[in-house]
Amino acid sequence: MNAPAVVNLSRSRRAFLKAGGAAGAGLLLGVHVPALAQAGGPGRAGAAAQSAPPFSPNAFVRIGRDNTVTVVSKHLEMGQGAYTGLATIVADELDAAWDQVRVVGAPADATRYNNLFWGAAQGTGGSTAIANSWDQLRNAGAAARAMLVAAAAKRWNVPAGEIRVSAGVVSHRTGRRATFGELAEAAAAMPAPGSVTPKDPKDFVHIGGHVPRTDSRAKSTGTALFTQDLHLPGMLTAVVLHPPRFGARVRSFDASGLRGVPGVRTVLELPTGIAVLANGFWAAKKGRDALKVEWNDSRAWRGSTDDVMAEYRELAAKPGKVARADGDAAKAIAGASRTLEATFEFPYLAHAAMEPMNCVMRLSDAGCEVWNGEQFQTGDQAAVAKLTGLRPEQVTINMLYAGGSFGRRANPHSDYVVECAEIVARLAKTGTRNVPVKLVWTREDDMRGGYYRPMYLHALKAGLDAGGEIVGWQHRIVGQSIIEGTAFEKAIVKDGVDGTSVEGASNLPYAIPAIAVDLHSPIGWVPVQWWRSVGSTHTAFSTETFLDELAAAAGRDPLAVRRALLAKHPRHLAALDLAARSAGWGTPLPAGKAGARRGRGLAVHESFGTVVAQVVEVTVRPDSSYSVDRVTCAVECGIAVNPDVVRAQMEGGIGYGLSAALHGAITVADGAVVQSNFHDYPVLRIDEMPAVDVHIVPSRGRPTGVGEPATPVIAPALANALFAATGRRLRTLPLRLG
Amino acid sequence: MPILFVNKERVDVSSSVPGDTPLLWVLRDSLDLTGTKYGCGMALCGACTVHVEGQPVRACQTPLSSLKQGADITTIEGLTSKEGAAVQAAWIRLDVPQCGFCQSGQVMSAAALLARNRRPTDADIDAAMAGNLCRCATYVRIRAAIKEAARALA
Repeated sequence: MNAPAVVNLSRSRRAFLKAGGAAGAGLLLGVHVPALAQAGGPGRAGAAAQSAPPFSPNAFVRIGRDNTVTVVSKHLEMGQGAYTGLATIVADELDAAWDQVRVVGAPADATRYNNLFWGAAQGTGGSTAIANSWDQLRNAGAAARAMLVAAAAKRWNVPAGEIRVSAGVVSHRTGRRATFGELAEAAAAMPAPGSVTPKDPKDFVHIGGHVPRTDSRAKSTGTALFTQDLHLPGMLTAVVLHPPRFGARVRSFDASGLRGVPGVRTVLELPTGIAVLANGFWAAKKGRDALKVEWNDSRAWRGSTDDVMAEYRELAAKPGKVARADGDAAKAIAGASRTLEATFEFPYLAHAAMEPMNCVMRLSDAGCEVWNGEQFQTGDQAAVAKLTGLRPEQVTINMLYAGGSFGRRANPHSDYVVECAEIVARLAKTGTRNVPVKLVWTREDDMRGGYYRPMYLHALKAGLDAGGEIVGWQHRIVGQSIIEGTAFEKAIVKDGVDGTSVEGASNLPYAIPAIAVDLHSPIGWVPVQWWRSVGSTHTAFSTETFLDELAAAAGRDPLAVRRALLAKHPRHLAALDLAARSAGWGTPLPAGKAGARRGRGLAVHESFGTVVAQVVEVTVRPDSSYSVDRVTCAVECGIAVNPDVVRAQMEGGIGYGLSAALHGAITVADGAVVQSNFHDYPVLRIDEMPAVDVHIVPSRGRPTGVGEPATPVIAPALANALFAATGRRLRTLPLRLG
Repeated sequence: MPILFVNKERVDVSSSVPGDTPLLWVLRDSLDLTGTKYGCGMALCGACTVHVEGQPVRACQTPLSSLKQGADITTIEGLTSKEGAAVQAAWIRLDVPQCGFCQSGQVMSAAALLARNRRPTDADIDAAMAGNLCRCATYVRIRAAIKEAARALA
């Protein structure tokens, strides 16, 4: 192996900035550090949250003399509106005016900022941000309000019970009034209330109403700070050449070609490939292009996705680990007057967030500082600490906005974060400490880097009695476990069954007398991970399209069949009825152009405690291409904290699911991922986006998640609509008629 | 190597940036104009859309050396046109962004559309915006916001 090449820097970034500055001084914004050090805007996180304004009654609320209410978000803003929703809850209990509210990201600190649904772990996922924070933030806001009221009561010498708070102003009928800012210091001297009573929902002022998102302006004007945008003094950009095959290693490499590439600083061998460090992305990328690497494939997988599916088909013939056994499904089906069977096949899916994976890290003697669209603080903190030989609390994490994630940034193996840590740790071994490194994955790295939604095969079998009632239901699932081998295994894998592989199938809500669900979790080479709505990405499809088949076989209306089998599930019924009524289910669809066939399909599915029903209308053209014209969506998510954010998540979740339904497939040939970028992994574009009408079921229940539950429903509703239009059942994803 | 006018400021990076460097990386890494995003590097996603002489261009596939002397470049940071202001106001009012990463490019494409077509139809919007990917699928609102901006400009 060649020694790491070190190519001297011709011109430092700082010198460059200086030189450029002479020409265009007004343009140069300089480094972002000063802004980060301030209690900056949303996304400029971490350290900011720790510099406490005068009134900091708890971990989530800060009130400054300038009358600013800062809400500390323990959850990542990756698009789903968590910052807005969490702040809405606090602002409501505080009776703050919305325009005085700011949001900052919390530092990594599981003692204060753990996800209450996850035990001692801090992170964002599973559509839990609002749901797990609901009581916590109502109490935090109410406690802060009580202390402001106590401070005013003392100052004005009036009973606390006579004090009003509205839109950020504390007042008394005698005409006295004060802003939160004017009371901040006095409130800080008040004892924290032992317990508080959150508002009666009838008194909500922001919850259930409309507040603008906290991030729309920054994200519409290009000022929102993503990891990709961070510049630190002296920072180097790292681009890594990864092996084409999973499991391969570097055998040898030749970096001599890099000597002619200006801006390249260092080349490092990593367990995951060869890193080129340079004064910016383009130099690093050109350096990577100039590398010559021989890979050691002796431990690499040389198989293909066809091989994987062939193995899954064999496994599907054998019984798996039992996930559910209600009654004797085999016997019921054997005695049925009619049986139906269907097999479904699902490909690997890439998350393909718009911001490819990246991370900024600086390792010093004191510790390691991380800047990241941070979705899983405790996991990443532990992984970085382990690799750098630090204690977890020496790893500081700044949570920036994430340019999408869909699950990818909460990697149970902290993959790209660890790769960045490897780089700064190796730099430190060569004596270079305290140099910030920005690891940038190219789109190709991101697309080929693994951690896909697993491939699955589902085999379903059901029996109908003479009257067309479903008497038995057998559902076998084959696919790689996401959870085995991760820190979550103990909590989620029970009796060999990974709950995330069967969710949506093992809890099938339909009143069928005998239900059996079993699972094979074969070992795989391709790294897999949760992908927006996790198990429901496949279980909703097989269950909701197979139920449609059974309804058709019995000659019954798909809506009527579902309604009858969901009699004991009022939330499902409410969503289903609202969607069906709003879509005009049962009325004739307007005809399409000559030769076009139209169809309407529906599906309903619960995930993350939220029920979503969708009705899809399609047009199939004579050449078998089709368009999705309209989606009517109803959601039962408890109290809708921000109804417009809920609508946005239904629209976006439908688009994300539709992208996979129409196009999504990662394939592997000879151990290498075939796709690399958006030309061969197409994703939904605006001209394929249907009109979407969203209806929210009125509810007084606790809020449940909305980031994911729209995603799994669209593909089965679409497949059912395509059946209605063509009489064909599509059971392989993506859904192609041609 | 050309001298550029970026957001009306004269910029000369000829001494420090190789000519094959895409405009995207000149903007991001040399000029700290990070509103313009890297998403694919192949002009497939539109996250890097800027205006060159008023036309929407994918900066990731625009080498510095391909730009003409004195080229007029506008990024999201310098978008001050009537159309740009109307688009951004509609984007904010309708809460278009989710993760927001693609939105600079969406705004730049939408502003360019409205500069040449004040009354775009759905088909016009599809044609102008189909090169801008949004994985959050904010397309419903992008469409609505372009129409709202068009109304505001009428």
